[in-house]
Amino acid sequence: MKAIITVFGKDRVGIIAGVCVKLAEFGVNVLDISQTIMQGNFTMVMMVDCSGMTVDFGALSKELDALGQSMELSIKIQRSEIFDAMHEI
Amino acid sequence: MLNQKDILSTIEMIEQQHLDVRTITMGISLLSCADENPDAACQKIYDKICRYAENLVKTGCDIETEFGIPIVNKRISVTPISLVAAASKTDNYSCFAKTLDRAAKTCGVNFIGGFSALVQKGLTEADIKLINSIPEALSETELVCSSVNVGSTKAGIDMNAVKMMGRIIKDTAELSAKKGSFGCAKLVVFCNAVEDNPFMAGAFHGIGEAEKVINVGVSGPGVVHEALKAVKGAPLDVVAETIKKTAFRVTRMGQLVAKEASKRLDTEFGIVDLSLAPTPAIGDSVARILEEMGLEECGTHGTTAALAMLNDAVKKGGIMASSSVGGLSGAFIPVSEDEGMIAAAQSGTLTIDKLEAMTCVCSVGLDMIAVPGDTSAETISAIIADEAAIGMINNKTTAVRVLPAVGKDVGDSIDIGGLLGKAPVMPVHKQSSAEFIKRGGRIPAPIHSLRN
Repeated sequence: MKAIITVFGKDRVGIIAGVCVKLAEFGVNVLDISQTIMQGNFTMVMMVDCSGMTVDFGALSKELDALGQSMELSIKIQRSEIFDAMHEI
Repeated sequence: MLNQKDILSTIEMIEQQHLDVRTITMGISLLSCADENPDAACQKIYDKICRYAENLVKTGCDIETEFGIPIVNKRISVTPISLVAAASKTDNYSCFAKTLDRAAKTCGVNFIGGFSALVQKGLTEADIKLINSIPEALSETELVCSSVNVGSTKAGIDMNAVKMMGRIIKDTAELSAKKGSFGCAKLVVFCNAVEDNPFMAGAFHGIGEAEKVINVGVSGPGVVHEALKAVKGAPLDVVAETIKKTAFRVTRMGQLVAKEASKRLDTEFGIVDLSLAPTPAIGDSVARILEEMGLEECGTHGTTAALAMLNDAVKKGGIMASSSVGGLSGAFIPVSEDEGMIAAAQSGTLTIDKLEAMTCVCSVGLDMIAVPGDTSAETISAIIADEAAIGMINNKTTAVRVLPAVGKDVGDSIDIGGLLGKAPVMPVHKQSSAEFIKRGGRIPAPIHSLRN
C-alpha cells in the first residue's frame, strides 16, 4: 500500500532526517521526496510504501503526529488513493 | 505520479475549506423483524441492527484515519417502521422508536432514521398509529429521526395526512420546547421521498432496497466557494464549469470512501449522494456561494437563478465521478445549518416565500426553518401542501422541516445546537388557510403522472 506524507512548518535542521529515521524504524520505505520552501515555510511531500510496515496505519499516523508536535511541524500520512481519486480520471 | 500541487490542493480543501464526507449511512431492512408480539418485534429489530452495524462506526473511523478525510457522521437508516410494526398488536409505536434509539446508541451512530410512514395515496391503520406516536417518540428519544411521505407525482397528495402532520409538528414542538423544538429537527414531511437518501432527518431504507447497503453523502460548500473566488467576474458558464470540476473531485472522494466502506463492511454499495450540505461553520455555507456569484445577500432577486445553476452544475460534475448516484443529490438550503442563510434571514432579505421559490430548483425543500410559536397547525399544513405541490408537479423531491418556536416570535431565535445550528424565527402569513386544510381528501396526481 502506498501513502503520501505531507510535512509543513518552519524550516529547521534535520526535518527530513527526523522523519526518515521514524519511517525506517517502522519498516516504511521512502519512494519519492519533493521538498520546497513556500513563503518561508518548509513543505515536503513524500511517497512511501507501507507494505513492509511493522505497525498498523493508525499507530504510524499517531507516531508521526507526535514527532511533528515535538518538532513544531504538521506531519500527516494519508493513503495515496484519495489523491488519485481526486486528481486523475 | 501525483504532483505536489494536486496533493497540496487536496490537503488545503480538507484543512481549510471543510471538505468532508458528510455521512456514511448503512441502510438495513427490518422487514424480517415483524412480529405479532411488539416486544418480540423490538428485540428482533435491536438484534438485527446491532448485528449488521456492529462495525460501522469503527470502519468509518479507520477510513478517516487512513485516508485523512473527515467522515462527520456515521448513521443508520431502516425500513419505514409503519411497515414493520403493522403486524404487532399495539396502538402506540413509541416502543419501536425507543428500540431504534437503544440500538443506535449501542452501535455508536449519531442518528437513526426510519420512524417513517409512506402515505402518499392513503393511510393504513399502522400509518395512523405511527404518525400519532411521532410527538412522543421524538421527545423521548435522542437519535431517532422520523419522516412521512405525504405525496408523489404518481399518486398525488394525501391531504388527510397533510392535515395530520400540521398538528403533529405542533405537538412535537410543544413536547420538545425546552430543547429548542429539537423534536421537529428530527421530523421531515416529504413529497416524492427517495428510498436511498443517506442524509438525516429524512433517511429511511426503502422497500425496494437490498438487505443492507452503504450509502454515502458528500459535501463541500467551502470548496466550491473557494473555487469560485478564482473566477470573479467571469461569465456564468465559466462559473458553472468551475462548479462542475469541483463537484467531480469531491464526489470522486466520496465514491472512494463508499467503495472502501462497503468492502470492509461486506455490504453492498448503494449510492453516492452528490450534495452540497452546509454547516453553521464559517466557510461552509451554500448561501455564501450564491453571494460569491454576485448577489449582495442570499434571498435577493437572482437567488433562484443562481441556486438553479449551482444545483445543476453539482449534479453534472458529480455524475461522472460515481458509479451509482442517488439520494437527494443537489444543494441543500437548511436555514439554521447555514451561516449565510441565518444572516440573510435575520436581515429580512431571505423570507419563507423566497425559500419556497428556491425549493423549486434545489435538492429538497423548506428545511430547518423556525416559525412563530403561535403559528396554527393549519398554517403548517398549508406550508406542507404548497411544498408537496411543488414536488408533485415538478417531479422532484420536496420536504418540509419547520420548527414552531414555542413562546417565541419574529426577532427571536432558537438554538438547536451542533450541526443543526441556530434558527431565527421567520414570519409566516397571518391570513388563515384553515378552511382549505379542513377539506381533507386528496389532490389528484397531475396529468403528467400518466406516462405509460
